[in-house]
Amino acid sequence: MISLPLYMAQRISALIMVPLVFGHLALMIHAIRGGLTAEEILGRTQGNLGWAAFYGLFVLAVSVHAAIGLRAIAFEWGGLRGHALDLATWAIGVGLLVMGLRAVGAVTWG
Amino acid sequence: MVNGDLMEVSVWRGKGSVGAFQRFGVPVQESQTVLDVVTWIQQNAEPGLAYRFSCRVGMCGSCAMMVNDVPRWTCRTHVGKVIHDGQLRIAPLRNLPVIRDLATDMTEFFDKWTAAMGRHAPTASRADPVAPVDPASASRQAADAAIECINCAVCYAACDVVAHNPEYLGPAALNRAWTLVNDTRDGARAERLRAVSGGGGCHNCHSHQNCAQYCPNELVPTASIAGLKRETARAWWKGTA
Repeated sequence: MISLPLYMAQRISALIMVPLVFGHLALMIHAIRGGLTAEEILGRTQGNLGWAAFYGLFVLAVSVHAAIGLRAIAFEWGGLRGHALDLATWAIGVGLLVMGLRAVGAVTWG
Repeated sequence: MVNGDLMEVSVWRGKGSVGAFQRFGVPVQESQTVLDVVTWIQQNAEPGLAYRFSCRVGMCGSCAMMVNDVPRWTCRTHVGKVIHDGQLRIAPLRNLPVIRDLATDMTEFFDKWTAAMGRHAPTASRADPVAPVDPASASRQAADAAIECINCAVCYAACDVVAHNPEYLGPAALNRAWTLVNDTRDGARAERLRAVSGGGGCHNCHSHQNCAQYCPNELVPTASIAGLKRETARAWWKGTA
């Protein structure tokens, strides 16, 4: 159910997320010092390809990591097997990726 | 309880998955083991009771059963240490199909040993000189830490991953594979690492450590499985996985 390639994908995505989580937390603490408004957020993110790359990579790592983790739960607790399990894994991963990238796109170019 | 008192023993009776617990009153004796209790029932109360044992001294690994819902080697488990409110509840090992009463079908347990390449692949023949193995080397010490498995399947019964994932090779088979990965005389390291990297392989372990908690020989299969995860990851980076 979790073979070596999936195991490595989950570990590598976790490694990528570690610095991004700390970066995200630091940004949140910094950003809300003087209150938080939509204008302030969009003022920083709109047209900023650096933040788009930061959160784009974050979304990609989360999609891979969460899809594999939920695959284990779907197999062990949900009883999904075979193609249904693969389909659920892909649906979760692609779903998270699409929703996340849409959000990144919206605050960067929206 | 003192000698001669009756303890209340519930024993699983039945074929396959169909059955029920049957109660027996068994006299308490000094230094009595759970296997003694089962044997007393078979010899004095229910001659048709099916169970499995051989050496009675913790060597052969054939007498493991669930005792008050915990997997144990019954020949080395004293009643006084596990009895609860004067009662014992004895059932066949968890996670294995039941043949009859307390006897489980161990086929899948040993098939998984084979699937994990639990067989030594020699690199020399009997005509060659005996291979020197340094007992102080890191690889030999890693193998020694895991080598005393008696195949009792207590870890297999304790493992929640086995319970939820029938494909999972289980702690005993993976622990055995780890001893061979660390055996410098073995010639099938790459194949063995591939054998434990499939859909039921070592990467499914959640490190709950139930196997280490209940192993009667106090082995730590979780550590062996973690070792396999490290070595398979190294092989993956090198492109030999």
